[in-house]
Amino acid sequence: MGDLDFEIIGRALPYLAGGLRYTFQLTLVAATGGVIFGTLLAMARLSSFKPLALAAAGYVNLMRSIPLLLVIFWFYFMMPVLLQSLTGAERPPQIGAERSAYITFVMFEAAFFCEIMRAGIQSIAKGQAGAGYALGLNYWQVMGKIVLPQAFRNMLPILLTQSIILFQDVSLVSLLNVTDFVGAAVKVAQRDSRVVEMYLFVAVVYFVLCFALSAAVKRLQLRIAIVR
Amino acid sequence: MIAINNISKWYGGFRVLTDCSTAVAKGEVVVVCGPSGSGKSTLIKCVNALEPFQQGEITVDGVSVGAKDTDLPKLRARIGMVFQNFELFPHLSVMENLTLAQIKVLGRTPEAATAKGAALLERVGLAAHAAKFPGQLSGGQQQRVAIARALAMDPIAMLFDEPTSALDPEMINEVLDVMVDLAKEGMTMMVVTHEMGFARKVAHRVVFMDKGEIVEDAPKEDFFGKPRSERAQLFLSKILQH
Repeated sequence: MGDLDFEIIGRALPYLAGGLRYTFQLTLVAATGGVIFGTLLAMARLSSFKPLALAAAGYVNLMRSIPLLLVIFWFYFMMPVLLQSLTGAERPPQIGAERSAYITFVMFEAAFFCEIMRAGIQSIAKGQAGAGYALGLNYWQVMGKIVLPQAFRNMLPILLTQSIILFQDVSLVSLLNVTDFVGAAVKVAQRDSRVVEMYLFVAVVYFVLCFALSAAVKRLQLRIAIVR
Repeated sequence: MIAINNISKWYGGFRVLTDCSTAVAKGEVVVVCGPSGSGKSTLIKCVNALEPFQQGEITVDGVSVGAKDTDLPKLRARIGMVFQNFELFPHLSVMENLTLAQIKVLGRTPEAATAKGAALLERVGLAAHAAKFPGQLSGGQQQRVAIARALAMDPIAMLFDEPTSALDPEMINEVLDVMVDLAKEGMTMMVVTHEMGFARKVAHRVVFMDKGEIVEDAPKEDFFGKPRSERAQLFLSKILQH
């Protein structure tokens, strides 16, 4: 252990920062898209129109039963082939690893956020929706103005906790050779043969960020509990 | 104004309403009473289709509530409803509670809706609380806001579903006072309540329900004077003995 060279981190910092930026970007897009599509999925699952509810439930259960890594690979390697056979193109269309990662994560996270939002919607007493309908509001107005704002607020700590898990899961895209934070570290580690230093550094950064964010979520949770 | 004809309703195999028929004329106040579980709340919720029913017909101002082609939001906007548990929207201020449907459903401008809301808050004695949130108000105050919220839509009739049952005793009168004023102004009202003092004061008719049936439907004087059915007599003797 005597010949560890931590100066390598300083030299690689701009490159690593670029990777971290991508990690944040992908997390933000996946969380936002996941909440939007997840909420729509939750509304579909709670729909009284059975075919819609069943289709949504099927999608959610499928996504939640497959390892994320497999979904990433499946989408990256299989989707071009599938698109080719659908469109009859001569070559498989190239989606690109980064774009593929965005789409995969939004689709995957939507299934998890769906279950959170479904619990959130069900946590709002039925009388609230009834009061909205009694005033003449329609389904979308009742959802948009009365049920979802309350559901979202109740579920905010859990949504943020899921987003922290998502932030860590994003590292899996490095296996598609995408330069996220981990991907950047892997590349530097291999180029300069500084595996221990780089992986140690990355672990510390992840720990500090996630621990701080979790603590912030806990404080938020307490504040929400007091206001309620 | 409101005509209820032979309504029946089932929850699965369990029949909660059996051939219920009654009517509320324009300007009339009808009190619906009966033991708990008798179907009063279910019946009143059928009037604005918050509860579906399987048989019979209800019309409000000539519009059939159960018909498939009825524009339910439009119909509901014309019928005010006050709930046992207030059901104010806790994430909106008192004023926003009053203006939301005015703006979204009636298409009023925010200014007009706020002016209307302010006038109604004044009327129920809560003008100073417009900016507060429902959680900061007492139960009696919340229910008065709920009445103002319903009135903001300029309803042609008002439905009250046990409006004082969830209130502490000392707050019941402030809510009943608002309702008595409404009745005296000629508002068409259907009121599910155990408050027999209110019924005596302003009701024109009393409907007595038991086990999902309308057992008695009589002018107030007859109902309190000499109820014909044994079940109504028993009910009255139980709630009036103190």
